[in-house]
Amino acid sequence: MPASRLMVSEEADDIVALARELATQKLAPRVADDEKQAIFPRDIFALLGQAGLMSLPYPEQYGGGAQPAEIYLQVFEEIGAAWASVGVGISVHALSCFPLANYGSEEQKSRWLPEMLSGDTLGAYCLSEAHAGSDPAAMRTKATRTEGGYLINGAKAWTTHGGNADFYTVMARTADTGGRGISCFLVPADAEGLSAASPEQKMGLTGSPTATMNFDNVFVEEARRIGAEGQGLSIALAALESGRLGIAAVATGLAQGALDLAVTYAKSREAFGKAIIDHEGLGFVLADMAADVESARATYLSAARLKDVGRPFGKQAAIAKLVATDNAMKVTTNAVQVLGGAGYTKDFPAERFMREAKVMQIFEGTNQIQRLVISRDLARAS
Amino acid sequence: MRIIVLVKEVPDTYGDRKLDLETGLADRSASEKVLDEIGERALEVAISYAESHAGTEVVALSVGPDSVPTTLRKALAMGATSAVHVLDDALRGSDLTLTAEVLSKAIERTTFDLVIAGNLSTDGTAGVIPSMVAELLGVPHATNLGSIDISESEVRGMRTTDDGTMEIVTPLPAVVSITERMPDARFPNFKGIMAAKKKPFETVSLSDLGIDAEAPVPRSIVVAVAEKSARAAGVKIIDEGNGGQQLADFLIANKLA
Repeated sequence: MPASRLMVSEEADDIVALARELATQKLAPRVADDEKQAIFPRDIFALLGQAGLMSLPYPEQYGGGAQPAEIYLQVFEEIGAAWASVGVGISVHALSCFPLANYGSEEQKSRWLPEMLSGDTLGAYCLSEAHAGSDPAAMRTKATRTEGGYLINGAKAWTTHGGNADFYTVMARTADTGGRGISCFLVPADAEGLSAASPEQKMGLTGSPTATMNFDNVFVEEARRIGAEGQGLSIALAALESGRLGIAAVATGLAQGALDLAVTYAKSREAFGKAIIDHEGLGFVLADMAADVESARATYLSAARLKDVGRPFGKQAAIAKLVATDNAMKVTTNAVQVLGGAGYTKDFPAERFMREAKVMQIFEGTNQIQRLVISRDLARAS
Repeated sequence: MRIIVLVKEVPDTYGDRKLDLETGLADRSASEKVLDEIGERALEVAISYAESHAGTEVVALSVGPDSVPTTLRKALAMGATSAVHVLDDALRGSDLTLTAEVLSKAIERTTFDLVIAGNLSTDGTAGVIPSMVAELLGVPHATNLGSIDISESEVRGMRTTDDGTMEIVTPLPAVVSITERMPDARFPNFKGIMAAKKKPFETVSLSDLGIDAEAPVPRSIVVAVAEKSARAAGVKIIDEGNGGQQLADFLIANKLA
């Protein structure tokens, strides 16, 4: 059953319908095999780009769709419901475009943004380091001033699309002043000295390559610094605030996919002479799963509406990420339970859903960090 | 050139399709409503021609209930220039003759060079509407084309039959229908969806077309409708040396021999 949605306009309805159509016809038939063989579906991103779905959040004058979060997040959700790696991919791409779109000068935006939003290119976001994940202010990667620009040296861990992206939005240290000494740079994939380590062997999202990016004297012209020197961390945190909504939407999609699978199975599988969905014990598990999916959706949409009207939404985005990904973990785990032995085999996608959900509690700020964001906001509020 | 494409809203081909046993009509609430796939292919033919021939106008024409604008919007998002929706309560349950009359009147309201349709809808599956429309318009029809080549003055295409293939040529104006051999239709895109909002969309009624649905002309009506009976178990023949005889007896008894 497709999710029942109340859309704000006819075109919003059509945009989400397009996402669903592409998801059903182009993504769903490929996901199981590509994930099994760890194939990165670069052509799927090209397809979504041609459909105009890779640039929905950004201004029209640079080739974007100028759509509010309430609409583009539901597109992310539909894509995530069919293929989590792709859903995460479009969310990361949006995250990578965020600094330039929101902090770049007019000149920088007109020079690089149209290409980044064209749908032909894919972005990556380099913030974490091996010893600076939850605490990005502890990063060591350095950008040292040189004639006409900077030389970047260091290594960035857990880069989604690492080695496959066309551009990298990179945070690097320009001064030894902790969180205030970080700057943001837009680095093209072909920059000399930039290389990807071998991809991580992951538990899930195997179709989405994750790698450490090594920076060995990578020269970046000054024009590619986004925002002022030292502004990098606040740009990174603002980007993450929006990025968390993207992940919340994708996690909701993943949970919806797991729920749909479990319900379909529970209607056809019989035990003690009736469909297992008609046994209260199982029916109630499914009811809880449906409640988790709906509440995740309501939570991220509520945060999205705050963002769309320009009100602070940091706490709500953290809550949405926390609720949607914890719910996705519960729902996918229960989907395995509903399918029983079949759920534990790789013949059904339930076990893959469960592996995919786990990382969503970890990336873009672990759920412990989300609680930190929420509790700090509570402490600050008067 | 002005091309009119006949498109139809149908119950999702991949969903449940049910008849309403009270009315004998398709139960439209049983599944999602979509643009018929074969109509999308017909639209693709028209749009690809328009893309390489400036000045071509593609009009998507549909007859159906008040849910049709949603599916017609998709035709506009895919690239049709404008859309016409014939909407009238009197059309509920209309038969082929009335539908063909409505379509031909709607086509005749403006000039046209070419009408393109799918050969067979996925719900009604009558497969005769394109020919009926051509007859009413008084123009030639070239139906069931598996390939098509449109020029300023004629349409050429191949039709595959059980016995072979034939090449068909007709001068314009004409009505053609295409088969599933034609390429898949494109997906709409974001820009198309936004552009669709600004494209002309006309809703017309039967009185606009000068048609009286109650006119005393022969129409086919549904006399009775019943649910398909459940399949009964077949006869199992166990071969204990006389299997051949049993099989022959069964065929004779069921008048299959």
